[in-house]
Amino acid sequence: MHLSTSLSIWIAAFLTLGIFSFLYRDNPVYKLCEHLFVGVSAGYYVVLTMTSSVWPDMIEPLFKHFSANSNYLLLVPLFLSILLFSRFFPRGDWLSRWPIAFILGVYPALRITGFGQGDLVEQIHGTILPLWVPGDLGTTIGNVLLIVGLLSTLIFFFFSKEHKGALGGAARLGVYFLMVSFGASYGYTVMARVSLLIGRVMFLLDNWLGVLRF
Amino acid sequence: MSVLSALRSLDRRWIFLGVALLVIAPLVFGFHIAPVLPSHRSKGYYDAIERVPEGSTVLFAGDYDPGTSAENYPMALATARHLMRRNLKIVALELYPAGPPLMDQVFRIAGAEYNKRANVDYVNLGYKVGNEIVMSSMGTSIPATFPVDNNGVPVTQIPVMKGIQNFQQIKLIVSVSAGYPGTKEWVQQVVSRFHVPMVAGVTAVSAPEYYPYLQAGQLQGLLGGMAGAAEYEVLLHKPALATRGMDAQSLAHVFIAFMIILGNLAFLPQRKKERS
Repeated sequence: MHLSTSLSIWIAAFLTLGIFSFLYRDNPVYKLCEHLFVGVSAGYYVVLTMTSSVWPDMIEPLFKHFSANSNYLLLVPLFLSILLFSRFFPRGDWLSRWPIAFILGVYPALRITGFGQGDLVEQIHGTILPLWVPGDLGTTIGNVLLIVGLLSTLIFFFFSKEHKGALGGAARLGVYFLMVSFGASYGYTVMARVSLLIGRVMFLLDNWLGVLRF
Repeated sequence: MSVLSALRSLDRRWIFLGVALLVIAPLVFGFHIAPVLPSHRSKGYYDAIERVPEGSTVLFAGDYDPGTSAENYPMALATARHLMRRNLKIVALELYPAGPPLMDQVFRIAGAEYNKRANVDYVNLGYKVGNEIVMSSMGTSIPATFPVDNNGVPVTQIPVMKGIQNFQQIKLIVSVSAGYPGTKEWVQQVVSRFHVPMVAGVTAVSAPEYYPYLQAGQLQGLLGGMAGAAEYEVLLHKPALATRGMDAQSLAHVFIAFMIILGNLAFLPQRKKERS
């Protein structure tokens, strides 16, 4: 056993155990750790955004190299950013709608085009598969399952006609495919949560207590 | 009180204790249950990096933070080792605010092992706010999107950035991602538009979301959670954090599956009674 002599490791270990203490019951130590996390995260985010984006991308080009590089266009985001702060003043808070409208205009456009190119077209392309692959039974079964699963799941989400008869049967099959998908997602979620626990346990046993044996 | 009714009223803290003991025991006593066997997904990840010509530039997006570092950190470290072993130049960036120090740590460790120097063999451009806008903007100009690196050094003065203008000079994108913004956005904004090959290492909870991308060929390889990272470490012949955690992972999974079955058995008679 080699106990850590680093103060930062001891603080991290205390915070980890403090958060874990919630598993027993809610307590003041847990609340302290939680509040510390929220406060530190918010402070870190503000400082990082200032130093990594606002300062090098706007302040410096505007106030240090303005005339040299003709960064006139940067006045537009600066103006819009200032307008965002009008929310603090009830008489002029409507001004903040302009930058918000700008953000709302840009983001959906980017995401819709990205979804159209990356998901819709490419995914349809990815399902155009041969249903019979000579000499490869595994791929054949996989392709058939994929196509049947895709069509039946799509039918399940088709609500313009009552799910009866053949349509109802196909929709029911789609439910089974969805169930398998939810099961796989749940299994992966368990794995993710256990991995996080292992990460913290490794930290406590190795970095803090020094008892880990590999 | 019967066994089943006792199970129904079992304090959940006993289950927490059981999981904790099963996670701690293999780590402390160092016993192994089963070998880690690489899947075709992790082989695809490994092969895609192997295919990149030596000396080429790889974009390494470390979009994660301490919340998922147990899963993402081992895969990021293994990837950095692989890229450096292959003498590939690395241009790293992060779209998660807490990502830069984690990626710095990865490059410090791997760089020391393979004698690679910051700014000469690799650069960490750091964090930039803007999510998809950053990705899209990099398609026009990477130096304009990241005028300085994580330490404030202008990219024009960084040797590894020489000749890097946009995605045309990038031979492979590696996305180690915890969620949004991450792998999905890189596929949507960059792979589909600029046709750069890409591999991804993702958290287990988000892995099922990326299987369609792998199946459609938009991703060349995929590491899902700690298991994926362990498979990759085995392929690299360098067992590390993820491989060591897999025995604890397996034991905890068996216990949870057992408790799910037991829980259902305990509640089945009660449900039957309620129905009748």
